[in-house]
Amino acid sequence: MRFTKDHEWVVVQGDVATVGITAYAAEQLGDVVFVEVPEAGKTVKQGDGLAVVESVKAASDVYAPVSGEVIEGNAELSDAPETVNALPESGGWFAKIKLANPAEVDALMDRDAYEAFLATL
Amino acid sequence: MSDQDLKKTPLFDAHVAAGARMVPFAGYSMPVQYKDGVLKEHLWTREHAGLFDVSHMGQARIRGENPAKAFEKVVSADYQGLKPGKQRYGVLLNARGGIVDDLMTARPDEDGLFVVVNGACKDNDYAIIARELAGEATVTRLEDRALLALQGPEAAAVLAAHIPEAAQMVFMDAKALIAFGVDAIISRSGYTGEDGYEISVPADAAERVWNTLLADERVKPIGLGARDSLRLEAGLPLYGHDLDETVSPIEAGLNFAVGKSRREAGDYLGATRIAKELAGELSRVRVNLKVLEGAPAREGAEIADEAGAVIGKITSGGFAPSLGYPIAIGFAPPAYAAIGTKLKVIVRGKAAAAEVVASPFVPNRYVRKL
Repeated sequence: MRFTKDHEWVVVQGDVATVGITAYAAEQLGDVVFVEVPEAGKTVKQGDGLAVVESVKAASDVYAPVSGEVIEGNAELSDAPETVNALPESGGWFAKIKLANPAEVDALMDRDAYEAFLATL
Repeated sequence: MSDQDLKKTPLFDAHVAAGARMVPFAGYSMPVQYKDGVLKEHLWTREHAGLFDVSHMGQARIRGENPAKAFEKVVSADYQGLKPGKQRYGVLLNARGGIVDDLMTARPDEDGLFVVVNGACKDNDYAIIARELAGEATVTRLEDRALLALQGPEAAAVLAAHIPEAAQMVFMDAKALIAFGVDAIISRSGYTGEDGYEISVPADAAERVWNTLLADERVKPIGLGARDSLRLEAGLPLYGHDLDETVSPIEAGLNFAVGKSRREAGDYLGATRIAKELAGELSRVRVNLKVLEGAPAREGAEIADEAGAVIGKITSGGFAPSLGYPIAIGFAPPAYAAIGTKLKVIVRGKAAAAEVVASPFVPNRYVRKL
C-alpha cells in the first residue's frame, strides 16, 4: 500500500490501482454520510478531484493519487457510506483506476514514510 | 487568528481531558466533537441528555430605571411585557431592519435584564446597546460566568436531582437561584428542539458543575458539531449563516420575535421595513427543504425552480442524523415557499430534487405546561 500527503492510499494489482482514504483521514472526517464515487470511463490526472466524501460536518474532496482511467467506482458506498469509517483501508475503497503512468505509484510514500508524515501533523 | 490568540472557556481543560477535538469558533477554542463523534452525540441528545459548553456566548445584565423600556429601542420583542421569571427570544436590529444578532432576554430576578447573545457578535452587540441606551440603561458583561446547556428527554430528571425547583419550571421560564452551592441562573430552554435547560454559573464553579452532571450515566458531553445538526433539525436559524445584517426577522420567519405591542407602536430601529414586510411586501422568505436525492446541500448551494432557474440560496444544510436524509434552510421568493413546493438544489453543478417542508424538521419537545 502506498500513500499521499492528502491521505489517499493506493494498492496496485497488475495495471490497476485501487484507491481509498486512509484510516487517519476517515477518523478525522468523522461519520461519513455520503460518498460520490466516479463513474467508469472518467479519465483523471494525478491530483484531480476523484470523489467527494461527506461527513455530518463537511464535504471533502478525494484527489486522484495516480493518473489513468476509472474502470469502477465502489457503488456499495452509496448505500453504505459508513463503510468508509468501518473499513477505510479495505471495503471502503473509492475507485479502481487503470494506471496511465505506473511510475507515479513508485513516487508515493510507503507506510513507514506515511506514518512519519502523520507524526509531523 | 492564530491558535495562541484563541480564548478558552473555563471548561477547556475538561474538554481536552475528555478527548475533544478542539476547533476555533467565535474566537474561542471549542469542542466540535468528543470521542463518540457527531452522529452518536446527536442521537444521544435526542434519546437521553447531552451536556454542552456554550460559555463562548455573551452573558450580560442590562440595568437602569426601566431597563426593559430602554432595551426595546434596539430589539423588536416586547420586553416591558416580559413577566418576572420568564425569558423571551428577540432580535437586535439595525436601522434597515436587518438582524445584528438574535438573543435571549430574561427577568430571572429583580436585577434588571439578563441577556445571552451569540459569542461571535457580543462585542458589537454590547457596543450598540451601550450607545443606544446611553443615559437610560447600562450594559454589564458577565465575563466571570460560564454557560452550560443540558438538553434532551432525560435532562429534566437529571437536573431535578440537583435542583428540585427546575422540575417546576416550564419552557422559557428563567430563574436565579442557589444551585450547586453557587448563584446560578437557569432557564428551561435551549437550541436543540428538545426539552432542557441552560445553566449559568460562576466560572470558577463551571468544571465542578460540568463533572457533577456528567457523573450521571444519562449525560454525555456533546460538541458543537452535534449542536449544529440538532438545531438544524429543530428548524432554528443560526446567526452568521441563516441570519445576518441584510435579513429581517419577517424574512426569516421569526415574526414572533416582533412583539404585537411593538408592531403597533413602530418604535424601534428598522420598524419601517418590518411594517412593510408584515403587510406582505416580501421579496424572499426562509424555506425549509428536504433534499430528496444525492449529497447534502450545504451553505452557499443554489436553489432552483423545477425548470432549473436559480431562485435562491441555501444558508445552512447538512445530513440530518435523526431523519436519515439531508435537510437545509435557505431563502427564496414567497411564491416558492409553500409547503410541498418542488424545487432543486445545485450541489457541485448537479441539480437534485428537493421539497419545501414544514418547520421544524423534527418535532420539538418543549415542556410548555406541567
